[in-house]
Formats: sequence, C-alpha cells, structure tokens
Amino acid sequence: MTEINRLDSGGNIDRTQKITFTFNGKSYTGYQGDTVASALLASGVNIVARSFKYRRPRGIMAAGVEEPNAVLQLGKYEATQVPNILATQQEIYEGLTCRSVTGWPSCDVDFGGLIGRFMGKMLPPGFYYKTFMKPAFLWHTYEKYIRKAAGLGRSPKESDADRYDHVHHNIDVLIVGAGPAGLIAATRLSAANVRIMLAEETTEMGGSLLSSQQDINGKDAKVWVKAALKDLQANPDVRLLTRATVNGFHDHNFVTVNERVTDHLAEKAPTGQARQILHKVRCKWIILASGAHERPLVFGNNDVPGCMTASAISTYIHRYGVIPGSRLVLMTNNDNAYHTAIDWYQCGRTVIAVVDTRPNPEGKIVQKVREMGINVFAGKAVIDVRGRNRVTGVVIADIEPSGQAVMGMLTTLDCDTVASSGGWSPVVHLSCHTGCRPKWREDIQAFVPGSHRENILFAGSVNGHYDLANCLQEAVNCADQIILNESLTVQEVLGDFKVESALEEPIMPLFSIPHTKPVMQSPKQFVDFQNDVTVSAIDLAVREGFHSIEHVKRYTVMGFGTDQGKLGNINGMAIVANALDKSIPEVGTTTFRPNYTPVAFGTIVGRYRNQLFDPERYTAMHRWHCDNGALFEDVGQWKRPWYFQAYPGEKMQDALNRECLAVRQSVGIMDASTLGKIDIQGKDAREFLGRVYTNAWAKLAVGKCRYGVMCNEDGMVFDDGVTACLAEQHFLMTTTTGGAAKVLEWLELFHQTEWPELDVYFNSVTDHWATIAINGPNARKLLSELCEGIDLDKDKFKLMDWRQGIVAGVPARVFRISFTGELSFEINVQANYGMHVWKALQVAGKKYKLTPYGTETMHVLRAEKGFIIAGQDTDGSVTPLDLGMDWCLSNKKSFSYIGKRGMARSDCLRKGRKQLVGIQTKSKEVMIPEGSQAVDNPYQPLPLEALGHITSSYFSANLNQSIAMGFIKDGFNRMGDTVYYPQPDGTIITAEICSPVFYDPNGDKQHVE
Amino acid sequence: MFYIRCPYCEEHRDEQEFHRVAEANLVRPSDPDGCSDQEWGEYLYFRKNTRGEYNELWVHSVGCRKFFNIQRNTETYEILNTSPV
Repeated sequence: MTEINRLDSGGNIDRTQKITFTFNGKSYTGYQGDTVASALLASGVNIVARSFKYRRPRGIMAAGVEEPNAVLQLGKYEATQVPNILATQQEIYEGLTCRSVTGWPSCDVDFGGLIGRFMGKMLPPGFYYKTFMKPAFLWHTYEKYIRKAAGLGRSPKESDADRYDHVHHNIDVLIVGAGPAGLIAATRLSAANVRIMLAEETTEMGGSLLSSQQDINGKDAKVWVKAALKDLQANPDVRLLTRATVNGFHDHNFVTVNERVTDHLAEKAPTGQARQILHKVRCKWIILASGAHERPLVFGNNDVPGCMTASAISTYIHRYGVIPGSRLVLMTNNDNAYHTAIDWYQCGRTVIAVVDTRPNPEGKIVQKVREMGINVFAGKAVIDVRGRNRVTGVVIADIEPSGQAVMGMLTTLDCDTVASSGGWSPVVHLSCHTGCRPKWREDIQAFVPGSHRENILFAGSVNGHYDLANCLQEAVNCADQIILNESLTVQEVLGDFKVESALEEPIMPLFSIPHTKPVMQSPKQFVDFQNDVTVSAIDLAVREGFHSIEHVKRYTVMGFGTDQGKLGNINGMAIVANALDKSIPEVGTTTFRPNYTPVAFGTIVGRYRNQLFDPERYTAMHRWHCDNGALFEDVGQWKRPWYFQAYPGEKMQDALNRECLAVRQSVGIMDASTLGKIDIQGKDAREFLGRVYTNAWAKLAVGKCRYGVMCNEDGMVFDDGVTACLAEQHFLMTTTTGGAAKVLEWLELFHQTEWPELDVYFNSVTDHWATIAINGPNARKLLSELCEGIDLDKDKFKLMDWRQGIVAGVPARVFRISFTGELSFEINVQANYGMHVWKALQVAGKKYKLTPYGTETMHVLRAEKGFIIAGQDTDGSVTPLDLGMDWCLSNKKSFSYIGKRGMARSDCLRKGRKQLVGIQTKSKEVMIPEGSQAVDNPYQPLPLEALGHITSSYFSANLNQSIAMGFIKDGFNRMGDTVYYPQPDGTIITAEICSPVFYDPNGDKQHVE
Repeated sequence: MFYIRCPYCEEHRDEQEFHRVAEANLVRPSDPDGCSDQEWGEYLYFRKNTRGEYNELWVHSVGCRKFFNIQRNTETYEILNTSPV
C-alpha cells in the first residue's frame, strides 16, 4: 500500500526509518514514530472496526486515548497476544502484527452488517433483556450465542512470556500530564529542591504545543518545549516518564502510574527489561494537568469512516505528517476548531466549508479563515452524512439559534472528511477517583474538577483554562502555592513566560444536532461509538422511565467498554438532560472510577506470579517428604504431607489404611513442625494464661503440659493446643497450624489494651523448632535407642510431662502428649537439626517398620478418639459445653476468663442446642459426606427440619467401619437414637447417635509399657 | 490505600502493614460475671458505626505489633490523628 495521505514534510517521525507491519493480514508501511492509527490513515485505510451491535463499518475518530473504534488485538504468537490495544496509542515496530477485534469474517466484509442494516430498528436498548427473558430455562442456551457475538479482544491461551515490575516511589510532587501546564509547573518547581515526577501518557512531552502554531517567549512553542525538557532532564530530582498513564488516584495521595516501557519496541520485551512497570507513587502534592479531550458533535450517520474530531486531524497533520483525507467539511460550535481548517488548508488540500452552528461568529480566527477564502456557513449544521464505507458528502441545514430544530432548505456538499468539534471536556477523571464530584461550568460548557480535601491542584485545560496564557499562569500559580505551603527556598525563579492571549468568542451550548425527522425516525446519531448507543436509544430509555444517569448508563450501556465513554459521555449526559428537561448539572455525571485506561493483568500482578504469588512455607524435613512419596495439603501457607504413597499410584484410601494400621500396631512418624508455637515469658505469664484459657493454670508445675481451649468473648471456641511450663515464668504455647498468627495477635490485643499491668511477653517461635511426633505402641522403644538424658520409664515420664534431653545427639525438648490415643512423644529440636533427627529416627525405626504418615491419617486417628480439630469441628458458633468439654472449664478461677461470661448467656445454656456427638452408620461401610444434614424423618413435608451437620467423616481401618462426628440438636440426650442423612442424589443414609470416642474408650493404649 | 503514621514507630507506612481491629476504647466490663445478658450483649455486639469522625483500634501487624488508635473520618477517609492506646 502506498502512503497516499502522507505529507511530504512535517511531523515528528523519522523518515529514514521505514517500518513494515501487518494489519488484518495485509502489509502496511509507516515510519519510526508512527502509531498504528497514523500509519493506517497515511495508507488511506478507512475501516478499522465493525460496530458492536449494528456491525457498521467504523474508522479512526481520534488521535489519543479517547478513541472508541480502533481497538486492536495485538501479537503474532499465542503467548504475545494482547487484547484491546488502541491503534492511536500503539507505536509501530518492524513486524508488528495486529487485527481488528470486531468483524466476521473481516471488518471490511462483515455478514453481521446485514443485521444492522435491516434489523437495526429491532435492536432497541434492553433488547436482550426483553427478548430472552422467557422461557427462563433457555437462557443458558441463548447466553452461549450472545456471548460469542459480544466482546472485543481475546485473552491469550498461553502464559505471558514477558516480565512486569512494580516500583514504589515516595516523592514530593507528581505532575500528571506534560502539556504546557505540566511542563511549566515542573520547570518552576525544579528550582525548589523537591523530588518531582512528571508523567506523560503519550510518547512525547509537550501536549497541545506539539500541534500548535503559537509562540512562547517570541519563539515557536516547540522550541520552548525542547529547552524546558533539556533543563528538566539535567535535574536529578526530576523523574520524567513518557508512555506512562496515571490511572488511579487513591486515598492519601497514593497514585498508580502504568508505564509501557517496551510496548513500542517489539513483540516481546528485550532481554532484561520489563515490558511494563506499575509505579506506586505516594506524593505530598499532585498537580493535575491532564488536559481536555475534544468531544464531537452528534449528528446523523456521524459514524461513517471519515468523521473525526477536529483536533485529531490537527494532531495527525502536525505530529505524524498525515492528512486523513482530501476534502474537508468542518462543523463547530466554537472558535478553537477553526485551527483545524487552517491546518488542512495549509497542507494544500481543500476545505469545502466550515459549518458554524453559531448564528454570528465574528471572532479573530473566524475572520482569518474567511480571509483565506474558506467558506464559513454560520447558523448551519451538518444533519446527515452520505456514504457507507467512507464519507462522500454531507447534508447541511440552517438550525434555530437554540439548536433545537432544523429550519429551511437542505444543501448537500461533496467531501470525504467531516471534522466536528462540540467543545472540550476536561479530563477530570482522576480528580473524581476519591469520591469528589466534578462541577459544571456554563461559560465553557464543561465539567471541571470539584473541590478537594487532598493536596491536589489543577492547572490548565483540565480546569477549563484553554487559553495558553491562562493555562501557563495557573500552572505557575500551582507551583508557587506548593513552594509557599512547604516553605521551600527557590534558588532561582524559573518558568517566566510571555504569550499572546488568543481571545475566543464563547462556545454555543450544543451537543446533539437536530434532524428534519423526529429522533426515532432520523438517521442513527451515535453518542457512544464503542457500544452503538444512539440519541434515540437514550431517548427511549428516558421514556421507559430511566431517569437517573446511572440507570440510563446501565440500560443503554453508554460509557461501558474499553474506552469508558471518554468521547461520548458528556454528550450523552447532555442528551439525557435535554430529554428530561433538566440542566446538565442536575443530571450530573456517572461515577469515574480507577483505572482511567485499561491495564494489563500482567502489570497489576507484576512479579507476584507462580511461586511468588503466595509464599509457601516448608518445614525442615520437606525435602525428605518430597523424596518419599508425600502428597501435600495446603494449611494456611504451609505445605504439609497429606499422605505418603508407598509406591507410585497407591490409592489414597489404601495409603490411609496402611498408615492408620501402622500407627496403632507398631509406630508411625509425623512432621508436626507447622503447629504454631508461642514463647511466653514474664512474672505474670501464668496469670495471663489463666485469663485467656478456659481451664486452670495456677498449679501447672515445671515439666508439665496441659491442653487448653481458647474462647472468644462470646464464649465460642476459637483455638486449642497444649501449653508446657518450661520454667516458673516461662511457657511454650502451641496453637493450631492455621491459627498461629491469629492467636498471637489475640494475646497481644488483651495484653496491650486490657491488662497492660501484667508483666508478660510473647514471641512467635514456630519456625525455630522442628517437631517430630512418633506414635504407637513401639514409640518408647524407638525413642530409647536415640535418646540420652531422659528417663523414659512410664512412671517417671508420664503422660502430659515434658523433658529436656538429647535425641540423636542434639538438644531436644520431648513432650509426652498424644493426639492419636497411642503412646506418643513429640520431639522438638532446633529447626536446623530437624532433618538430621528425622533421618536418624528413620534408620532406627526400620526394625519397627516405622511408617511416615500425613495430616489425613492424623485426622482419622484423632477422630477414632473423638478429639476435635478447632476450625473443622467448630465454626465460631460452638461453646466448649456444646463439645462436651465441660472438664476443660474452671470455675474456681478468681478472674473471669475470656469466654466465661459469654458461654453463660441464656442462649448458650438453653436446651436444644446442637451438640457434638459420634455418628455411626447402620451399614458400616457407608461414609456420610461431611456437611450432610441430619433429619429425624426424611419423609416429612419440605423444608426438612435439620438437626445438625456432619463435621468429620472417615473410614477407620482399625475398626473396619466408617466413623463420623457431627452436631445434633440436644445430642447428648439422644444417644442410641436413629437419624437420617438425605443426600443430593436422593439416597438416605441411616445412622445412629453414639459417643464420639470410637476407639479405646478407657484410654489404656497411651499407657502401654 | 491509607497512609498511616504508627505512633510507636513514628513513621508513615502503607496500609498493608496494618489492619483494623475494632472500634476504639471499648471497655471490658470490670466484673463480667456481674453483667446482665443485656449489658454483656452491648459490650459484645453493639458498635457506633459512625458516619464521620470515628475512633478505631488498629494494629501494626507486620511492623511493631503494637495496637493504637486512629481517629479518622469514615466519610472522607481522612486520618485526623493516631495515638498510642
């Protein structure tokens, strides 16, 4: 393709660097510095998309982030696919491959277009809601096809090959936007010894000055921009970012900036570079100089390729040396857009006419354009556009000065490009992210930022100061305000300027151009191009009773999509106001939320993916587990062995049965290092324990351990564990694996806020110790082979004792405590010795067939004994009394321990509470799924009265039957009763209520010789 | 994300180092066993949930582990003061 629309000179592109790229399978050329959009326009490409609903051909309308149509799927390979990239933002590089995200089979020939042409009238807002409501069961079928037709790009199916980074900054001033206001504010502040970040969304700093013909200090504005940038680059306290969009303004001046570091270089980021960086900036001050977007006027068939905003045309001419057509008709309601007519004219192409909707435009620039011999039609408007794949002409007519109706004769003009300008909409988005509402200014017909609490200042056209002199002055004032507020000393006064004020005549309040026909019958007048929302759709929504702008938005989908209505929203709000006969500020805006533009998931995630997504915690013996067939279970962040496969492919139930039998028949070994361990010291440690545990601690002697239950103030169990008395003022508390952090904070909370007078200190020592539990009748024999310095005799080292000694040659604390009901020792050694001791036990244990077991076997064994697991058999609504653990409550303590008053409330003492009992199925091999609800009569009328649910359910190899625990209303008084567990598949499991202790009810096994 | 000054560390840190615990200045009754169910229920469950200025107990959970009070505006998210408990 030849670049028919490329000008011979001009534009900030490198004409020595020719670049070839592919769009929709065809090859195009452009130059270094081009965007996909400018290169496509240079090659005369008209159609870049098909519209969402009516499948109409669409062209490029804008030059920046507000572009609604030119949305691309980028990427040559599966792993480099990026959806929803704007052609107006994406710079071209050699080999770039992109496609339109809409259109089937292609956007040039789209079969869906037929639907739009012939059925357009049948697709009003709410069409899907209204049509596919009935019958309800068919929705899932409809949905499949609707989803297929909807949506823009697609996400890649392979994992992203690029790296993304997060960078944190603490700075003094963040300046958003490097247009004239941003540049001059940075310049002035750069003399004040503050850390500044200047973030610019586009590739180049300078903003409107890059396509302006104005002078600053008597020289071309571009010269001023260059000089200012040179000075700023030389200042080490100033950080300049281009291709960096400030996307979110969060509480307390926290700002997120998305820098596209290498998107413009190649398909994949060069080695060692991050593709994009998310800058997380905490700043004292923000100067918002984000500028304004020009909004188009709304008129019939205003979406035909060739319809553009006026300023976009100027940008293409000045920055890229591209003129997107031959014969221009420009429609405007303001003076500013006349610059585009001048630019076009100076390129040597024809300006057919300027159509000004104002009855008597007499401004300086209007005169200038007239003097150039360009036709200026006053009091007229373009009411319709001719052409389908490209503009071929326009219909113009006189309109009433109010802009409400068309008068007089219609005239047709031949042209291939229609530029329109309905004025400028300040980019107030960021100012609204923390909840402030923008305010309407009637004089400039625009929303500007509302009042703010934060340290945020506004400069330039974002605040409605479109005139260059005012814009620069306001930015200088902002900088001075910061200098004054922070009492900064300035080395020299920078940023003085001389600019001629360009006086403009006022804008005419006009958003939507009337047609000779009423709205519902006129040609389609598009408001939101990305979502195909028309004036008639908004009108219909209002007539159907949607009066709040937020409701109209959701009903018509105006302002959704990847562009979030940047181009069309203000027009849409004005049209709603008009339909409701209200003022624009009365209707207001929808809510602006972060992010301002779409952000790639990769950027949000940064390096926190794969193994860095969430930390994994390993015990000291983890490697051994991996090497010996362990399958792991996640408990909090810990990886715990779930069960061990004796040979590859061993079935889970087989492994569990083998492990369970081994423990009860000989000896098993388990890694219990993940249990939370809290070291407690201080002369009031004992008193403190008595207050947070439900049982008594006053008499626990050194060398002894005790099981304790911890409750909330409401009397409900929240954690349990064994605490050992290491010395008179020194205790070691163990908690559940998942509850460790929570318990430590709980202890600190009560110490710091309720009982600061107690002398007690807490420290987490979970990671300091490796804990190895050996369980089974041969546990003592095994331990005796490796243990020195501890008398293991059963009457010297009793159940619930602990001893200090040497195990496998290293210092150890050995606890004789049991969670399985077997003879059991828990060996605690410094974590670094964990693997050594574990391996030594494996060697010594061979003759006892020492069997490693995991959490699942531990669960089965403890359930056989009726021991609870806090968090599995409790859920925050269960008191110790409900668990039948009254033995664990001490009412002799002088202090009212935490939970005591709570569990004495009338509701906790009433009859009919759910209580934890054993459940035995009638058919012993049947297991009840955990969570199943018990009922007395499964045939009672619905809804069934549920008595309580199963909390733990296993198959016990030792008993050769299923065992379960669960809650039953008034269960303690219902031993022997039959209950039923109806299942989702219609079967009913019959079971009997029994004691939760299924195995060794007298507890003889833990006292074997 | 809030920017919170820990009154113990005497530094501003990002919100992710902290978390909110409860309404500030809740007083545990000195004689819980002497409380009626009504009184205990008030202590357990009833909170002001003010719109506007509000005192909250926060903890510098991954910092110094200290609990402290934040006086803040729940409507504007301004933090007016932070102080030790």
